[in-house]
Amino acid sequence: MIRVDVTRKTYGTTQVLGRIAFEIQRGETVAILGPSGIGKSTLLRLVAGIDPQFEGRIDRPDKMAIVFQEPTLLLWRSVLQNLTLIHPTLSDDGARAMLDKVGIANKSGLFPGQLSLGQQRRLSLARAFAGAPEFLIMDEPFVSLDAKTAEVMLTLTEALIAEVRPATLFVTHARPEAERLRARVLELRGSPASLAPRLVSGLEKP
Amino acid sequence: MSDRGLVPALSLFGLLGLWIVAATLGDDPTVLPQPWSLVGPFLQEVQSGDLLFHLGHTLVRVIWAFVLAMTIGMALGLVMGRFPAVDRWLDPWLVVFLNLPALVLIVLCYLWIGLNETAAIVAVTLNKVPNVTTMIREGARSFNPDLDAMAKVYRMPPVARLRHVLLPQLAPFIAAAARSGVAVIWKIVLVVEFLGRSSGIGFKIHLYFQLFDVAMVLVYALSFIMVMLLVEWSLLQPWERRVRRWRTA
Repeated sequence: MIRVDVTRKTYGTTQVLGRIAFEIQRGETVAILGPSGIGKSTLLRLVAGIDPQFEGRIDRPDKMAIVFQEPTLLLWRSVLQNLTLIHPTLSDDGARAMLDKVGIANKSGLFPGQLSLGQQRRLSLARAFAGAPEFLIMDEPFVSLDAKTAEVMLTLTEALIAEVRPATLFVTHARPEAERLRARVLELRGSPASLAPRLVSGLEKP
Repeated sequence: MSDRGLVPALSLFGLLGLWIVAATLGDDPTVLPQPWSLVGPFLQEVQSGDLLFHLGHTLVRVIWAFVLAMTIGMALGLVMGRFPAVDRWLDPWLVVFLNLPALVLIVLCYLWIGLNETAAIVAVTLNKVPNVTTMIREGARSFNPDLDAMAKVYRMPPVARLRHVLLPQLAPFIAAAARSGVAVIWKIVLVVEFLGRSSGIGFKIHLYFQLFDVAMVLVYALSFIMVMLLVEWSLLQPWERRVRRWRTA
């Protein structure tokens, strides 16, 4: 289980985050919603352990995965190596099976730069799920995609989450995406940002 | 011959042509002999074993200094580029060493360590380290922060991170440092040999300088230039092409 209890995060003298506390159960998806610039990405960096400087406490498992807005691949290593180097216990066959799941099995020998942007994002998704993570973090993964590609990526993500069942934290400013992934929605508001009182949506299971 | 080999070859022939023209106009073999008049002395030096002996000694010194300077410079550059606090402390040192004339370092090394091989290699290494450090630091400052974050979240072990995430991003900077490194190092090695060794190309040049023998100075200098061109074409350039493969694929 992931337990987040942030009391304060400042950049210099500016306080960006106030008290933010929530938990995510295994198999549960939580979406952090809020307008851009509110501090969603800051919160995500704290939860992911990228930025260790804050007041509070965050409990997270060891097996984590992250999907950024950009594919963030090792452009100088092959598509296959982008999986096997990040997950040393993953066999070549396992990596190929994963590439097959996201529909780029025939690209394993190429460099990421030879893939289309959509394929690069699939690879980034494959990398995230290849390690069977207990905790998956996604930072606006469908932003800047055209509607059709976003739909394909959402379907793929949905299927992979259903298969691997990680605790998922996902940051977005698009409520339909959150509803589509049947996420529990937490809204960031104010300055310094904190969680808004929660409205239970009709889609959410109690 | 492919296009890639043709242009450098033609360009080198142009240089040779320029030399022939200059030697013809000067018309004084003691100042500038014709290129073909060096062939005789060259073969003679090869046969006596002298040339290979001194070439070997210089080459060993170049390799030692190169490996040491690249290793130390890369380590320092990486640390200084990644940790601004360390950079603030070490940067003034870097400026001092960058501006210390090669000759001063060489003389001091000989005075402090003695007229021996260690002093020679230390002197050359110290001359090159600040340069490599500066270049690698520039590279380390431009690391992609997202890739860092990715490596951190996925818990990549430090060695894998260095090898597959950091060093490939540094490759253009390493190539530039290695390129200019080899060129500068062999020039400084010659000065070191000139001043205080009894073997190597620099020693022979010192000898023939005192005898005013331009032909032999040229024979020794050109032999080593040929070796360096060979290193450039057979090692450095293929390596660079290999690490750049992903950009052009």
